Amino acid sequence: MAKPSTANRPLSPHVSVWRWHATMASSIAHRISGVANYTGAVLVTIWLAALAAGPEAYGAVEALIAGPVGILVTLALIGFTLSLTYHMLNGIRHLVWDLGHGFDPKGSNLRSILIFAGAVVITAAIWLAAGGLV
Amino acid sequence: MVQLTLPKNSKVAKGKTWPKPEGSDPKALRTFRIYRYDPDTGENPRWDTYYVDTSKCGPMILDALFFIKNEIDSTLAFRRSCREGICGSCSMNIGGRNTIACTKGIDEHKGAISIAPLPHQPVIKDLVSDLTHFFAQLNSIQPWLQTETPTPQGEWRQSPEDRQQLDGLYECILCACCSTGCPSYWWNSEKFLGPAALLQAYRWIADSRDEATGERLDALEDPFKLYRCHTIMNCANVCPKGLNPAKAIAHIKELMVERQT
Repeated sequence: MAKPSTANRPLSPHVSVWRWHATMASSIAHRISGVANYTGAVLVTIWLAALAAGPEAYGAVEALIAGPVGILVTLALIGFTLSLTYHMLNGIRHLVWDLGHGFDPKGSNLRSILIFAGAVVITAAIWLAAGGLV
Repeated sequence: MVQLTLPKNSKVAKGKTWPKPEGSDPKALRTFRIYRYDPDTGENPRWDTYYVDTSKCGPMILDALFFIKNEIDSTLAFRRSCREGICGSCSMNIGGRNTIACTKGIDEHKGAISIAPLPHQPVIKDLVSDLTHFFAQLNSIQPWLQTETPTPQGEWRQSPEDRQQLDGLYECILCACCSTGCPSYWWNSEKFLGPAALLQAYRWIADSRDEATGERLDALEDPFKLYRCHTIMNCANVCPKGLNPAKAIAHIKELMVERQT
């Protein structure tokens, strides 16, 4: 009898069939917010570097912010705030995990949802408080 | 490596819909979407649809699979043995979550129930995946008692308190639901040992009779084998025995830090 080939075996579906847990979403969000924090830090650095480079460079950046793309800059800053807040809250949870606590599945899923909600609430609070400045 | 899409030969096509069993009460019918792959034709896998008369089969998903195999399509392949949650053979992805078919009730799912093999594994046929690599990794952590002390006349003794340290670890049935449900394991299964093997590694580290703790920790001191666990928690969420590999892995990480201080 011919031996069936094992080389061409298909790979079973994974992300396409998986029904996500909140903890899985928060883990991936932690990665994404980590990358977003880098990008946000670069943008803030550009602004600060322009400030240091003198009135001309700073004026150019200010003109960009005040111009038609200003709304995009504001949205990016709100996104950056959300990303920072989420990454910080979930980071605290990682510290607790590293101390050996908080591994129950039910509680972990609940805390994931609370951290998502908390990040949104804190971001909204920061932007409402800063409302007079923008 | 992260690859979100399936290779070309693994894309799942739309399959056929099998006829409803004759003379069945439409209210008792449940729809099952089942992953099919036939190694003899070498064609891409497909989703076949079956209708199961739940008034003529037992209450569990495994009973529904038997109904399909006996009454509708005898070519459907799946592993099973004990039908009572202790052998770990009938592990598969049911309704998007890994579990064992024999202890999962049909009525725990609403609507059409999708059943696929354990995720991100090579498929031998239908719901039967190739777990060679999974078991090789288990073997690599040397899951047996290792001692230096001469073997005692009787058994190796252990206090009730020390024995309690193994609760939540020894119950693992090696069904692979946790490892094959772990995204880190999907992307790095060549190097990351995965939750099941790491839970077993900790089971022997935590055993008061075992004298190879240092060597066991040495073997896990590696950027991939242990530290690819990012506490995604899919393992603990799906374990059909209610065990917590994520916590066991965290304990190993703690021991790694402790022995450096």
